[in-house]
Amino acid sequence: MNIKIALAGNPNSGKTTLFNALTGSNQFVGNWPGVTVEKKEGGFKNHDGVTIVDLPGIYSLSPYTLEEVVARNYLINEKPDAILNIVDGTNLERNLYLTTQLTELGIPTVVAVNMMDIVRKNGDIINLKELSNAIGCPFVEVSALKGDGILEAAEAALQAAKDKSSLKTYNFFSGIVEHALAHIEEATVHGLTQEQQRWYSIKLFERDARVLEELKLSDEQKAHIEEDIKSVEAALDDDSESIITNERYNYIEQLANRCCVKKNKDKPTISDKIDSIVTNRILALPIFAAVIFLVYYLSVSTVGTWATDWANDGLFGDGFHIAGKGEYETALETYMEENLFNNQQLGDILANAEKDGIVGAEVLGESFHSGDYGEFSENYDSYGANLDEQGYAVSKIVSPILDSAPQPSDYGKWILGVPALLDKLLLDSQGEPVIAPWMYSLIQDGIVAGVGAVLGFVPQMLMLFLFLSFLESCGYMSRIAFVMDRIFHKFGLSGKSFIPILVGTGCGVPGIMASRTIENECDRRMTVITTTFIPCGAKLPIIGLVAGALFGGAWWVAPSAYFLGIAAIVISGIMLKKTKAFSGENSPFVMELPAYHMPTLNSLVHATWERGWSFIKKAGTIILLSTIVIWFANSVGTVDGKWIFSADMDSLSGESLVQKIGNAFAWLFAPLGFGTTTATVATLMGLVAKEEVVAVFGILDFGGMNALAGYSFMAFNLLCAPCFAAMGAIRREMNSARWTAFAITYQCVFAYSVSLMIYQFGNFFAGNANIVGIIAAFLVLIFFVFMLFKKPYMKKGK
Amino acid sequence: MKTMAQAKIGSSVKVVRVHGEGALRRRIMDMGITKGVEIFIRKVAPLGDPVECKVRGYELSLRKADLDMIEIE
Repeated sequence: MNIKIALAGNPNSGKTTLFNALTGSNQFVGNWPGVTVEKKEGGFKNHDGVTIVDLPGIYSLSPYTLEEVVARNYLINEKPDAILNIVDGTNLERNLYLTTQLTELGIPTVVAVNMMDIVRKNGDIINLKELSNAIGCPFVEVSALKGDGILEAAEAALQAAKDKSSLKTYNFFSGIVEHALAHIEEATVHGLTQEQQRWYSIKLFERDARVLEELKLSDEQKAHIEEDIKSVEAALDDDSESIITNERYNYIEQLANRCCVKKNKDKPTISDKIDSIVTNRILALPIFAAVIFLVYYLSVSTVGTWATDWANDGLFGDGFHIAGKGEYETALETYMEENLFNNQQLGDILANAEKDGIVGAEVLGESFHSGDYGEFSENYDSYGANLDEQGYAVSKIVSPILDSAPQPSDYGKWILGVPALLDKLLLDSQGEPVIAPWMYSLIQDGIVAGVGAVLGFVPQMLMLFLFLSFLESCGYMSRIAFVMDRIFHKFGLSGKSFIPILVGTGCGVPGIMASRTIENECDRRMTVITTTFIPCGAKLPIIGLVAGALFGGAWWVAPSAYFLGIAAIVISGIMLKKTKAFSGENSPFVMELPAYHMPTLNSLVHATWERGWSFIKKAGTIILLSTIVIWFANSVGTVDGKWIFSADMDSLSGESLVQKIGNAFAWLFAPLGFGTTTATVATLMGLVAKEEVVAVFGILDFGGMNALAGYSFMAFNLLCAPCFAAMGAIRREMNSARWTAFAITYQCVFAYSVSLMIYQFGNFFAGNANIVGIIAAFLVLIFFVFMLFKKPYMKKGK
Repeated sequence: MKTMAQAKIGSSVKVVRVHGEGALRRRIMDMGITKGVEIFIRKVAPLGDPVECKVRGYELSLRKADLDMIEIE
């Protein structure tokens, strides 16, 4: 027989810690059907056939928030065998409010009073026996952080599940309300089981819309109970919903006064003292900025970048050193000093090219003279080919020098990266694949490159999640929402949206995943849709390319790109908020500021890994599939009119499928000023990774494009659908194909509109307007202005 | 009618009734703001909104616009 125990409690009551302690690693994390609320299930350690279901953290069983509805539907429709209700002992009154509702469901309930160690440390006393008598279910002591009493609590719940006779219903309400409830029970829900009658009669008394719909009462019955409710409302001068809430709290207040002795009632707690600094009127913002900077600096700039570079260039690149890195670097430096930077001939060519104003010659020359090999190699990769094509044959000199440079594998202990390792296995001594060439290409260029692209993000993401988990579980995250709410509320975002957007400047994937900390579903969706508007690290080369090629490296191009991203977020927030899908119920910002506490390392690692793993699993499949499709489109094409398949399309003078698609859709971008095949292919390849845009679209491809067209090209690539990895993250967070499709479509349409306006209005002001184009751009502008200033969508009848 | 929006920072107020309707009103009541309860208004966020107050022994943050729903003595 399978026994199900539901874990219920307020947010911040220690539910997750308890759940982890009870189930260990034996967990299943998913989503509740159709919604983005996380669902966790796990087997009870050392108890076969007992499943523990972690319900979302809730304050009440009201029918309003998503979490409440999810928890309520589960408890009523699935009827778990017992409820283990976790209650924060330092905050009994509000926590017991939920308890009074849970005990009415007709499900055996055990209450675990958590944080008993803190209660004792404060010198407070809680009389569990009396609480148990007054609420009507067993109360046990727990201290989840220290691991005390956890097993006992779960075993008590197990016992209650087996022994249903312990089920008692207590009357929390005043005489007149109880009287009306008895009437309602008699008139309407008599047919239900004994245990469920009380819950339904209370909900009918509250005029709960969902229950009214579910029970399908006759008009006569409805009129009858309405009479009962009205008479109580008249007698107590209040509406029925308030009466029930008031009386519950009154009952608990008296009970708490009786059962709980507080030693230092009015003395400020440690939490109060911390808050007097952290949310102080003057200090709050600087502290917030410092915390954010630290998180960003550690997870995105330093540790995160090292880890990502290692994953991309080492593990999924040529390989990495575990010893002897210094020796190799010294050898390389000496070699380059002697062979490359001493080369007079190369210096002369570069000087000539610079004199003739060849793009890139100046920067390459600078790094040549400074003797910094890292910089030189980067610039050579970007501009070498261009110099060659303009008749300054630099590669003839540089290539042989690079070919005989010291190899990293000859120094110290060198570990081969995955692609290099596979090459060892799959290539023979002549460098020819031992398997079919297409299969070799599929493995290396399709699968390994695809998996590598996914895993490359993971170290940085784990780093970031570690910090976020800490901020969340120590209680600072709610303070961020408190401090930032004023600004973000205006754009239909939450105060917590700041973090995803900031993280998005490094990489959109963890940025999107960081939106998980936003409770409100509307705000979260909005954040997921808009986060990737901000230029991420991989988009920087696009900005650099355009700035260098068309604006002479003007300083303002990069800031303007960030400004564009921020404006896109703000405008999208305001516009989308006006639509039906996002209007929803105005998100109630009635938020608890939980007491600060130090989370355990164990729980941090657990939370971090859980998020990382869920990304690898969900996003991984999508990215892998997409890279294989793109690989295929790159390897199939026509040569002399005949369709062929070749793993090396580039070297053939044919046209690959990707190029054909670029050709076919180039007209689409003509109104934006970049309707060329290369620009279209570059944009398309940007879906694999934004760095690819620069790889495909070089400096030379700007030929014939004016500065406006270049800027429009940049704007489109910054704002349109992000890379597959980010799309996978969007899919993971939206938990709905429809919403994912909406997000990506919206991003593309928005990018198109913005680029259209930039190009057409720009040309208009430059004095060469295209009549059709300017009309189209004007219509888009009118639509934007209309959406920005229109009244919000209102639900009918309000 | 005096509402919580008019109360001073640092003062304690007693709730008479919660006005309004729907999810927001229910949420406010669910969090423990019910008839007769004492609320200490602790501070305003640095940018002027929301407001932090202490009710039933814990800290709660509310937007100023919503404070108008809460009638006090």
